[in-house]
Amino acid sequence: MKSRADVVIVGGGISGAAIAYNLAKKGVKHIVVLEKSYQGSGSTGRCGAGIRQQWGTEMNCRLSKLSNEYFEKAKEELEYHGDLEFKQGGYLILASTDSELELFRRNVRLQNKLGIRSQLISNEEAKEIVPFLVTDEIVGATYHEKDGHLNPFTTLDAFVRAAKRMGVTYLTHTEVTKINVQKGRVVGVETTAGNIATDTVVNAAGGYSKVVADLAGVAIPTYSERHQILVTTPINPILKPMVMSFSKNIYTQQVPHGSIIMGRSDASEPRDLNNRSSWQFLDEMAKTVTSLLPPLERVRVVRAWAGQYNLTPDKQPILGEVPDVKGFYLAVGFSGHGFMFAPATGILLSEMILKEKLTIDVSALGLNRFSKGELIIEPSVV
Amino acid sequence: MCKEKRTVACRCEDVTLDEIRDYIGMGYTDLEELKRVLRISMGRCQGKTCLPIVMRELSIATGVPLSEMKPTTFRPPTVGILLGDLAKGGLVHEE
Repeated sequence: MKSRADVVIVGGGISGAAIAYNLAKKGVKHIVVLEKSYQGSGSTGRCGAGIRQQWGTEMNCRLSKLSNEYFEKAKEELEYHGDLEFKQGGYLILASTDSELELFRRNVRLQNKLGIRSQLISNEEAKEIVPFLVTDEIVGATYHEKDGHLNPFTTLDAFVRAAKRMGVTYLTHTEVTKINVQKGRVVGVETTAGNIATDTVVNAAGGYSKVVADLAGVAIPTYSERHQILVTTPINPILKPMVMSFSKNIYTQQVPHGSIIMGRSDASEPRDLNNRSSWQFLDEMAKTVTSLLPPLERVRVVRAWAGQYNLTPDKQPILGEVPDVKGFYLAVGFSGHGFMFAPATGILLSEMILKEKLTIDVSALGLNRFSKGELIIEPSVV
Repeated sequence: MCKEKRTVACRCEDVTLDEIRDYIGMGYTDLEELKRVLRISMGRCQGKTCLPIVMRELSIATGVPLSEMKPTTFRPPTVGILLGDLAKGGLVHEE
């Protein structure tokens, strides 16, 4: 155990691993990543494995575009031995009402302006992409062919292994118990494996972001909500894109392995960090998915699981240094999209910590936006 | 091809004993992490076949006794159920 570090990152998920990787690549020598359980135990390993660029806010569009450009070359860049299962089968996002379609029209205009080549399409065009899609309650859709899938376990592993090769200390089963702050500056952390003196701590704790911020005496407006997913047995390829509907509360995609993943949310969930799945979810999901994609009636469910969305009031992440506590950085509140934004998170946080010019100006995503009331709400979240 | 290469330990996801040993040798010594990179115990039997084999291999490699090893989480449903059957619902009490 190191007694001193240049940077301590709390959270061994994809955000923490990507930040560590980028810092190490830029020459930072003593980096420690702390993971309280095993690698991939939190939101990264429980996520829906989708990657998309179709968003309703400029910040989310920019973060996802930068991330997607990275994902396209990630295997080579990270020199990973395994398969990241990168698949660009597109995202087909369904509109159920005219007002939803109008919102999508605005989103596509924004996306196109930012270089994301999404398009508004008709039901007939949607059926060309997914022939068995039931469009009775659909009025149109948007589609972007570069969206798709990436294996969260192997992608996380690729970042962790690349970071370790450059000397990053990645400690699993090690929990932070206190973040010490003196005169408005971070001075160190206390962990279950000993104390580490440091002037830079990053909170990348996913579902536990608020718990970790509390350890430094910093209040942040994030909360965690249980979301559930199920996966089927592998079958022959029948579904090319991710099919998503906000009003029907579903996203579903066939992954390269052949199995079909599907998830939904429930805003009435107790916010108690519960990671067990429920039978109600199986019931609701089966009804929703078979009414939209009838051939899936004949596919078997293998497993269901749950994980945490770490939400913010505007469904956009909080990125940057805490104004009142020098050296305490936040990479939290990804609102269900921390996995797909991870490359951008890694690049931007490393730039912030090293006081470099930012690849994307994300000053609008600082913690102080909440006290100032400067919120731009992301509408496109399941 | 050498015979040992084809000793299949995980029949659901087609993972061989040699692959498991290779990965343990590469440093994947946490059962939970091994599960996630190799998909062992993620198939339709959820590890009923492979888990004891994988845990034994891990125990031999790391020296951690089996009695101190925690198996992976068994997730619902216990057996594969058709989405169509789930959607229709089972016991419905009619008024």
